[in-house]
Amino acid sequence: MKKTFKIGGTHPKDSKLSSEIAIESFPPVPRVCISMAQHLGAPATPIVAKGDKVVVGQVIGEPAGFISGFVHSSVSGTVADVLPMADLAGNMVPHVVIDVEGDEWDPAIDRTDKIVTESSGTPEQLIAKIKAAGIVGMGGATFPTHVKLAPPKDKKAEYLILNGAECEPFVTADDRIMREKPVQIVIGARIMMRALSVEKCFIAIEENKPAAIAAMTKAAGSYVGIEVLKMKKKYPQGGEKQLIDAITSRQVPSGALPIDTGCVVQNVATALAVYEAVQKNKPLFERVMTVTGNCLQNRKNYKVRIGTPLKDILAAVGGAPVEGNMKYISGGPMMGKAIVNLDATTQKGSSCLLMLTEEETLRKPESNCIRCGKCAEACPMGLEPWLLNKLARVGDRYDDLEQNNIADCIECGCCLYTCPANIPLLDIIRVNKAEVMKIIRARQAK
Amino acid sequence: MSQLIVSPSPHLHGPESTSRIMTDVLIALAPACLASIYFYGLPVLLLLAVSVLGCVLFEFLILKYLMKSKAVFCGSSAAVTGVLLALNLPPAAPWWIAVIGAFVAIAIAKMSFGGLGQNIFNPALVGRVFLLVSFPVIMTTWTAPAGLFHNVDAFSGATPLSIINEGVKAGFPANEIIAAHDFTPAQMLFARTGGSIGEVSAIALLIGFIYLLVRKVIRPHITLSIWVTVAVMTGIFCLINPAQYSGPAFNLLTGGMLLGSIFMATDYVTSPMTVKGQIIFGFGIGVIAILIRYFGSYPEGVSFAILIMNCVTPLLNKLKPVGFGRK
Amino acid sequence: MITTIYVTVAALTVIGLLIAVVLYFVAKKFKVEEDERIDRIEAVLPGANCGGCGSAGCRDFAQRLVKAPEIGALFCPVGGNDVMKKVAEVLGQDAVEQAPKLAVVRCNGTCDNRQKTNYYDGVQSCKVKAALYTGDTGCKYGCLGCGDCVAACKFGAISMDPATGLPVVDESKCTGCGSCAATCPKGLIEMRSKGLKGRRVTVICVNKDKGAVARKACLAACIGCGKCEKVCQFGAIKVENNLAYIDWNLCKLCTKCVSECPTGAIHKFNFPAPKPVEQPVEQVENKEVLL
Repeated sequence: MKKTFKIGGTHPKDSKLSSEIAIESFPPVPRVCISMAQHLGAPATPIVAKGDKVVVGQVIGEPAGFISGFVHSSVSGTVADVLPMADLAGNMVPHVVIDVEGDEWDPAIDRTDKIVTESSGTPEQLIAKIKAAGIVGMGGATFPTHVKLAPPKDKKAEYLILNGAECEPFVTADDRIMREKPVQIVIGARIMMRALSVEKCFIAIEENKPAAIAAMTKAAGSYVGIEVLKMKKKYPQGGEKQLIDAITSRQVPSGALPIDTGCVVQNVATALAVYEAVQKNKPLFERVMTVTGNCLQNRKNYKVRIGTPLKDILAAVGGAPVEGNMKYISGGPMMGKAIVNLDATTQKGSSCLLMLTEEETLRKPESNCIRCGKCAEACPMGLEPWLLNKLARVGDRYDDLEQNNIADCIECGCCLYTCPANIPLLDIIRVNKAEVMKIIRARQAK
Repeated sequence: MSQLIVSPSPHLHGPESTSRIMTDVLIALAPACLASIYFYGLPVLLLLAVSVLGCVLFEFLILKYLMKSKAVFCGSSAAVTGVLLALNLPPAAPWWIAVIGAFVAIAIAKMSFGGLGQNIFNPALVGRVFLLVSFPVIMTTWTAPAGLFHNVDAFSGATPLSIINEGVKAGFPANEIIAAHDFTPAQMLFARTGGSIGEVSAIALLIGFIYLLVRKVIRPHITLSIWVTVAVMTGIFCLINPAQYSGPAFNLLTGGMLLGSIFMATDYVTSPMTVKGQIIFGFGIGVIAILIRYFGSYPEGVSFAILIMNCVTPLLNKLKPVGFGRK
Repeated sequence: MITTIYVTVAALTVIGLLIAVVLYFVAKKFKVEEDERIDRIEAVLPGANCGGCGSAGCRDFAQRLVKAPEIGALFCPVGGNDVMKKVAEVLGQDAVEQAPKLAVVRCNGTCDNRQKTNYYDGVQSCKVKAALYTGDTGCKYGCLGCGDCVAACKFGAISMDPATGLPVVDESKCTGCGSCAATCPKGLIEMRSKGLKGRRVTVICVNKDKGAVARKACLAACIGCGKCEKVCQFGAIKVENNLAYIDWNLCKLCTKCVSECPTGAIHKFNFPAPKPVEQPVEQVENKEVLL
């Protein structure tokens, strides 16, 4: 039986336009700008200075806190500058700018295609290696992987769940790597199972990726304890809490962490990065990124170095596909971020560069709420978005918002997607959730 | 110069829109309208047209000129009210009744509460009940369904419910009246049930119900909850005393029960949003409707039942859905 | 017939009297003891419940006033000194005078001065827009133009000027409560003293970018050149982080800086219209005395 989560969900159009396009290496660019804030938590501290020579895979940023991570150079060349630059939302973030000269890799990296199956090391050694490789959750949340693989002492992991659901429309990066590198992903999963000391791993893939399911099933066949699950197609299947619910029927209690259900969820791309880091000594400095859109003819699945300017990628697929106003999105159409600044560069979490035309994306005028309840029906967290919207618009009703569990919102966008009156539910809920979280944290701090 | 468009996520919107939903409801009402035109003839078409035009026009004028609102005008929503109002009128009603009904429905029941989505009571039902208490003779003068090209004959009809109501009051057993008038389920299901325009063909209403379900416009909870409540309640009463109380099939298929439970009780604005609330809502309607039918002086109680339960909707909306991880 | 009426009237009267007696005793028994001064102070307060004093409304403020040993730290910006004097009378304390405040929007990024660089398609709320990104113009400090301040103002003193896309404060209506300043996610609105005869000289910009960057984003931006700082004889102007700021306590309203500013970021308000640009300071001060 195909599994899925129990509450809510929507069915946006699939639009996996680039699923049959093989991964292609993105050609080198003359200059990369590597952000120091590619992970959740504190931005890394740059440890190179203007004029320094760097090689591919060299550490250029060190973690600046517990929840932080290493950043490596994705190219070889000379550091042109270390300065704050605008990220894709226009906010200033420290970047290391490197002028590319040749392609000289750190000699420790195993660049052969040979698949290394045997691995050794204690969980601590493995986690240290993963941390040193700067691996973060590559589904988009960019939570440092080594933190997730080392749960607090009082909590015991029981299952590892590899998230290959890829429930966002358009994005095909995970689909492609599952088809092209299934064995490596499974080895990555084995390594994480060892790091967590768990016996069971589920690989969850939505039913709309039959080729990936076949490839992963074949690759997982030779290992005990790894099971590939075919999931029903429903958004947001790839949400951490939804995926745990779908597979184990355990619901992460409100306010708790996924580890409280004994589950650790990792993206398949993260598993691949773990394989490369542990078996090939290759830190995370490149990733697969889908470049797609209904309006785009030349769709791609690029393996792209971190720090590549988005406008270079845009130019490589032929520039702006249509005249007029466009929306470029980093990530999928449901949870991705709109790009304000095309000079911004790719990051560890950039799974997709999506192009939408005005007709596809412009919001229609908001009309009155007709109390149809479709938002509440669609909400995978069992909230009532219409009520939260109403309370929020009254203003200063944070107590009521908290009582109506606004803090549970995962910002998946189902409510706004479904609303027949085009009410910007999530826009309003998101900022008010932030306020409520602030109030909750202030109270806990007391 | 072309610019980048920026907005918070999500960047796509689903196909649903208010006007699409209302258009779907209109399509679902089409079989009932066609059936009533077929059975009652062209005067019904006039009533439908007047009522729809009246509702749309009143809503537009009030929204733009009285409220001076910049809100989006949703004509299809007003049209739904218009059709429902017309379907609730007796076939021989004069056209101006529809105008008054439309005015009360839109101006008083809908726009005075703030317009689309703000009203407490179902506008079409308010219009109907207003007409019923203001023009009791016109609103209870029934005609037998004659056919498309026959003149409406204003002397021959009575609704099955009123026949039972009168008959039981006069001392005849209900089951015998039903048998004498040949009110078999098959007969009532397929056609020619006397009463309001929309009640003429149960099958046409059921087709509309299935359409609404298939298009996912409504969820079945309210309607089914009403049906189950009515069936169980009338079943019990009928078992106790078949001479006094009519049975489940009769009660489900006659009067405004189908029209009300499928199209009026499920109105988004005036019904609860959560499944729990919807089931309680339907239960309440069923109980009140049957109580009025059995013990009230009116032969029909669905309109009143829905209006009464409309008052409870805000309370029922306090029932929360079960949150994720909050068992 | 007439008996029925008598009986009815009598019955109702008796019921009414009975209920009145019951209610009277209930009210006596369950009366909440409260400082009667709270009511008296509340009566004096403006009753706008704006929250400008930092309390959750006028009654809450009245309670705080009664509890506070010294009312010096508490002030009702809406009622101003007159109201506080009355409050002080009720409490038998001395009122502490404060200069009347006014909201000043420190952005002149009109549609002409500041080109839009992208098209914002989200909900029209500054709060949402600010949480999403730096805004739809090149200036990441300036007004977002969605009018959260307009909605926050309980006195109808702020409106959006459709020509400029910026909020305009109606000085006659502004009570200085500060709700708009608290609402603005960019912190553009400054609560400052109304100034002598309402005259003010203010830097209408908060852009902290380097001059070239700021200028590229907006023609009316403060570029932090420091000319105003040099020309000011009273040390009222400080340039910090590429941004000039005029301390209104030190400013003598000479308006020299206004003409000195190369981008026109310094504005003067409520000065008489026909007025030579270069005016000696002494003269201004004399005029003030004369007026």
